[in-house]
Formats: sequence, structure tokens, C-alpha cells
Amino acid sequence: MKESSVFLTSSPLPFCSGCGHTLVAENTGKALNKSGFSPLDVILVTDIGCHGIIDKSFNTHTVHGLHGRSVALASGISAGLNNPEKKVIVFIGDGGVSIGMQHILDAAHNNYNMTVVVHNNMLYGMTGGQPSELTPMGFKTPTLPQGVDHPNHDICKLAVTAGANYVRRITGIGDYSEFFAEAFMHPGFSLLEVLENCPSYAQKANPGIKIKNIAAESGYEEKLFASGDRKIYKTRINTGTKSLIDESKCIAPAYSSQLEKPVRIMLSGSAGEGVQNAAEFFAKAAIKSGLHATKKGSYPVTVGVGFSSAEIIISPEEIFFSGFPVPDILIITSQDGLDYARGSLSSMKPEGRVFIDNSIIPPALWNSRSANSTGPASSSTITSHDFRGRAGRKNAALYSLAYYLNIAKFFPPEAFLETLTESRLGEKINFKGMFTF
Amino acid sequence: MIPSSQKTVFIDGSLLVTESLVRAGADVFIGYPITPANLLYLYSSRRFPTFIAAPDEITTLQLMSGYSAAGRIPVTATSFPGYALMLESINMAYMMELPMVVILVQRLGPATGTATGGAQGDLALLNGTISGGLTLPVVSISGPHDGWVLAAKAVEMAVQMRTPVILLTSKEEMMTMFSFDLNALEEIKPVTRKYFKGGDSYKPYLPDENLVPAFVPLTDKNHQVRLTASTHDTCGILQNTAKEALENSVRLHKKIIKNSSGYSFYDLEEEKGAGTLIVSWGITALAAKEAAGRIRKEGKKVSLLITKTLLPVPDVYYNIMARYKKVIIAEENLTGQYRQILFGSKSPDNITGVNKFGKMISPEEIMEKFEEIYYAPNACRQAGDKFSQIVPSA
Repeated sequence: MKESSVFLTSSPLPFCSGCGHTLVAENTGKALNKSGFSPLDVILVTDIGCHGIIDKSFNTHTVHGLHGRSVALASGISAGLNNPEKKVIVFIGDGGVSIGMQHILDAAHNNYNMTVVVHNNMLYGMTGGQPSELTPMGFKTPTLPQGVDHPNHDICKLAVTAGANYVRRITGIGDYSEFFAEAFMHPGFSLLEVLENCPSYAQKANPGIKIKNIAAESGYEEKLFASGDRKIYKTRINTGTKSLIDESKCIAPAYSSQLEKPVRIMLSGSAGEGVQNAAEFFAKAAIKSGLHATKKGSYPVTVGVGFSSAEIIISPEEIFFSGFPVPDILIITSQDGLDYARGSLSSMKPEGRVFIDNSIIPPALWNSRSANSTGPASSSTITSHDFRGRAGRKNAALYSLAYYLNIAKFFPPEAFLETLTESRLGEKINFKGMFTF
Repeated sequence: MIPSSQKTVFIDGSLLVTESLVRAGADVFIGYPITPANLLYLYSSRRFPTFIAAPDEITTLQLMSGYSAAGRIPVTATSFPGYALMLESINMAYMMELPMVVILVQRLGPATGTATGGAQGDLALLNGTISGGLTLPVVSISGPHDGWVLAAKAVEMAVQMRTPVILLTSKEEMMTMFSFDLNALEEIKPVTRKYFKGGDSYKPYLPDENLVPAFVPLTDKNHQVRLTASTHDTCGILQNTAKEALENSVRLHKKIIKNSSGYSFYDLEEEKGAGTLIVSWGITALAAKEAAGRIRKEGKKVSLLITKTLLPVPDVYYNIMARYKKVIIAEENLTGQYRQILFGSKSPDNITGVNKFGKMISPEEIMEKFEEIYYAPNACRQAGDKFSQIVPSA
């Protein structure tokens, strides 16, 4: 088998006597000789395990990463190089495959341009011979002398299912460089599984073991599983994306405001009823009137159901702290909104104002009902109004802000109307009608 | 009122950070969508030259490392659950000296905690991210303008020091919308990368005078690159605990310390004669700024230090704090993580914290602590006053 290769250094290979890893390295060198690559066109990525100490024996670029993650790292290298003239090769053991199986499936699925060489000696050799997910049923290891009691994963079949372009299993005896060369030159994702026999652990735990016999008994077929031509991964690079700043629309002050101090408005309603949009338009209208504004949203992770609450601050001065310990104004447009805002409602101050939709149990009745159906006590003045009835479910939040603005006159209601009319919704909705109170 | 000369937009911090990163030269975003980093993911999908939707956070960091080794500048954004998964891979990238930026958008923990709740609870984790006590650079955003400036600086630091850099922020800063003057945005120039320019004898981990090895991407056809996560010599060969290899590992830390002095970012408002200094970082720094302003309006003196380069701790912070009789450190976590990094688990008696779990710290809460000190018996209200003992809060 021994043949000099410009890809391998002249130093002896670092493995135990009789270890199949030596043959894998030699076959790789020989196959690369045939493949036409030069050493620095090749990037060898190794995993953790005995096979991983091979770096220093290769004259290629070498990258030595984490246990089980080499295929993900190599995927990044392959996609980063984005060059089919380069050859990315991964050396991984059956332990690494067990840890990082998802990375192999992902790489096959994406069809990254790379070859994964699985050194399957059916156990974790570096740490004392523990079974892996590729250890066949009945196979004994030093830590499992009774043998594995369930069938192994078949990484070749899994890779084929995931979409690999080339998959082959080889019994790791003698010269198999022809198959390696075939895989190295096959575009896209290729996987070679080499069945090996660990001389330190497998032979001691399974006296007289023959790799051919184990393969036959465990259904490890030596064959070509796939040789396809699915389109290989190409990294998209678009250097002409548009500036996000340029896309942001400037708001020129067209109105003015007499507001003297910051006002915190909490708008609390139901998801899907335009609460966040309404708050955003309101804040923009404040900016149009020369005020500073912040807006943040709260909603459950399931954005289409339950409450939706927005907290708006408008201020004549720059706003640093955007937190919202207690609202000055609380507008509640639905029962979901009330349920969410109970804490805020009870913490409000006497000078605060609360507006609540008519559909919610009237505040006058709160104290006569059971705890669950009542609103919490609030020292602020509470006013009921028919937001939902006047503007409909979808526009109740918008209308409620317009309604309150008309009362409070923090800034001209015209600024709000203009902001809405100029928005993407302006053509669909007659906002003017909404501004009659 | 907003002057008419302003170019005011209503945007969020994620937009400013994303745009800044791309202008600074970051060219690939790889990520897994996690709250509250979603907006960064969304903007990045539109703005970055290359955008990769990774299936999970371990894969994210591995892909980033691969892209970085190939010469690209990768970025990701995550929150605690994702960062926890990235931990081993960040150590790998640190050991391989691969430039990248990880944006950590803090949310309320522990575990999955409250995805949509803000927090400042991950700093202790960042301080211990690299095994062995080595330092990982951490830069924290305090306000919209910082997002613009410091995101670009994070890219520069990552490239110049050949290291992952953490850009630390939180839910409120990345998701809250605010009125913002575009005139405040300075021009950002793309980072210039230095590549190996020597002859044939390239050693991947041979450092220059700044302790940073020259970079050669895996695209190179003339110099052999060896990258490894295991303890290695200057050639990149695994070396157990050989002297040269251990020195190389220690150099990774020294490299950060040596070069970070050029990246000490902080805001300092010193008021002559003030006896108390308020120190804060991240989202709480904005409450601290407001508190300091209101305290001064009441005619009392107070100084403010907003720390942005959090790790390694710039020496200047100690010099500044030493000028004050009393120091209040405000941050939104249970035990005062930065205070503990600065002073250990038992702070000196004149250092006290304002801490909170699960809710933003308000300016009033910081003012309350200030008042407690100001009106304490034998209080030191001014720089020259006699020291009076204050019991640190839990």
C-alpha cells in the first residue's frame, strides 16, 4: 500500500500498530495524488478522536475542531471558500458521527462541496472503548462487555436519505484509494464510511473478531449507495443590498406641540387588532409635531392570539429611560387588554386617566362581581367609551388614540390624521371618518 | 422640541446595529432566530451580502468559524439559551483566533425564562466564557447612538485582535422604537484587514509585536494554514502542555489585554465637587443618565460613568471611581454582576449597588439610593467630605 504522496509528510503515521486509521491516511494521500489537486487546494478538517491527531502528517491546510462538529465547521469552510476548485475533506470517527449526526444530515441536505470520511471502528477509541451509535448489535466494548443490545444507525443510508451526492461503504483493508479518488472528484457532498477494527479495544473485547464477519452480521453492506448529480451548494453574495438607513423615512416637523413634560400612554388590546401599528403611527404623529417619542410592544410569543399592548412615551425633551413603571394614560380596548393591564391599572396615580371600551364590564359593576370578573381598583378616573362599536374591532386601537388625542390635545389631531393618510393604510381606510367624535 | 434641522426617523436599535456592522465590513450573518434577537436576524437577512439561516446555535458558531477561516467576517445574534449552546464553539474560535462578532441580546432567565422580558443577567457568564480565566472582549451598548458606533468598533476589534468579540445589549435596546436624528450618525469606514506579507515561512500562530498572528485565509495557495482548537505550538501542531504551546495559550489572553487599551469606550460626566459617582451599563445606563440629570436639577452634585467596554475592565474605571467617596453601581440583575467583577463578592463599604430582577430599574430607584446616601448621617455630599460608611445592598 505504501506510496509516497506530496499530501503526506515523511514522518511515520501516529496510530497504533494494526489500526485502520493508518490505511485511511495512506489511501487519502494516494487518492489525492490521482485527483489533480495540489496540497494547498485541500483543506483537511479533523474531529476529536484518534483519527484527529493526523493533522501534522498532512501537507494540506489543516483544521482541527471539536468533537462531532467537524462537518459543520467544514460546511462553513466549504461555503466560505465557495470554490469548486478547492477540496474540503473531513475526517471523523463513529463517535463524532454519533455526536454530530445532524451536521452530517444538514451538509448532505445542503449538498456542500466536501467529502466526509467516517472512520468507523465501532467504538470511542480515545476514551477507553465506549459504544457509539454505529456500534453493531452484539458487539462488545470494554465498557459494555455484554454487548450492545440494539441495532446501529446506518450513516450511509441516512446520508442518502438526506440527499448526499455520493455515498460508499468500504471495508478498510488494503488499497481502496480508487474509491476515495472517485468520491473526492464527485461534485457536492460525498461520504465514505470505512469499517475498521480497533486493535486496542475491539479485538480485546471481541477475541478473534474479523471486520468482514462483523460487517456481514450487522448488515453493514460494502457498496456504493448513491452517485448522483444534485446541484451543489453555492453561497449567495449580494454586495448591492440597500442601506437600511436610506430606507427609513424621515419625519419632518410640520406641526407643533405645547406639551411641557413627558407623557406615558399605555394602549392595551387584543392581538390582531392593530395595537402595535396604531401606537407606531401615534408616535410618528408626535414626532411630526416636534416631540420625541418611544414605543415598545408586549405580546405573547404566539403573536396572533391573546393580548397586545404598546407603551408610548411622548416628550418635549430627549427620552433616555424608555421604561414604563406607571402609565399616565391607560387605554383599554378589549378584555384581553384589561387582563394584561390589571397591574398597571392598579398602580396608576389619581391624576392618571383610564379609558375603557364599552364591551368590557362597566367599572361601576366591578366591585359587585367576583374577583375574577372584576377590574382591579384604580385611583385614576375611569371613562367608558364605545371604541369597538364606533370603529370596529380592527380599528378600535387607532380610534381610541385619536379619541383621546382630541381630548388631550398633546399635539394637533391633524398630525395624526395626516400620518395615517400618508401611511400604507391610507388608501384602504377612510381615516377622516374616524376623526369625528 | 425637535429642531427642524434634524433628520428624524422612528426606528429601533437593531436597525442601527445591523447597518453599522455591514458598513464596517462584516459580510455574512449566520443565525438561528431567537427572541429578542429576531429583529437583528430580520434586518440582516435584507442587508448582509450573505445571510445563512442555521438550524441551531452550535451549527451557527461552527459555520461562522468556517467562513471566518475562509476570510469572511461573520456575525450572529442570540440570547442566553443560544449563547449557552455556543459556548464550546466560541472557545474554539477564540483558540483558532478567528474574527467574528456575537451579539448577545439579554433576556430574562434562568433557562428559557421570559423570552420577551429584558434583563442584564449574562455578564458573569461572559466573564467566565473562556476556560482558564482568559478574557473575551465584551462591549456593551447604552443607547441608540452606541449601537451605531460600537457595532462597527466590535468588527474592528474582532479583525485587529483576531478574536470573537461580544456585543452586549438587551431586549429593550434592540426592540424599542425611538425618534432618532440621522445627523448624529458618523461615517463608518470598512475595517482594513492585515494579511501575512512575509516570505515562505508562515507560522500560523507566530505573533507580531501586538501579540496578534498575521492572518492567512484558507484560500491561500502559498502558505500552509493550520488551525486548531487544542493546545498548540506556533505552527498550529497539537502539543499537550509543552512550554511553547502553553505560552501560546496565555498569549491569547495577553493579546486581548494589550490591544484593548485602544478600545476603552465609556462616557464620563464629572461634576466638580460631587462626592457620589453613579456607574451603570447597558439599558440601566439610560435610567442612570436620566437620574443624574434630575438630581442635578434639584441642585445636588453627582457624577456619572457609563461603562461600555466591560471586559477586559479598563484600568481607567478604577482611577475614576477612586476619585469618589461613594459609588453606586446600577444594573438589572439580582446580585450586581459587574460590581462583583469589579470588586469581588464582597464590595468595599463605599461601593453599593442598585439591582433588580425581572423589571427595568427606573431613574427614581437610582435617585432613591442617591438620596439615601446624600441624607445619611455624616453623609458625604461633596468630594472633600469625611468618609461615612454605607452598608452594601445584597
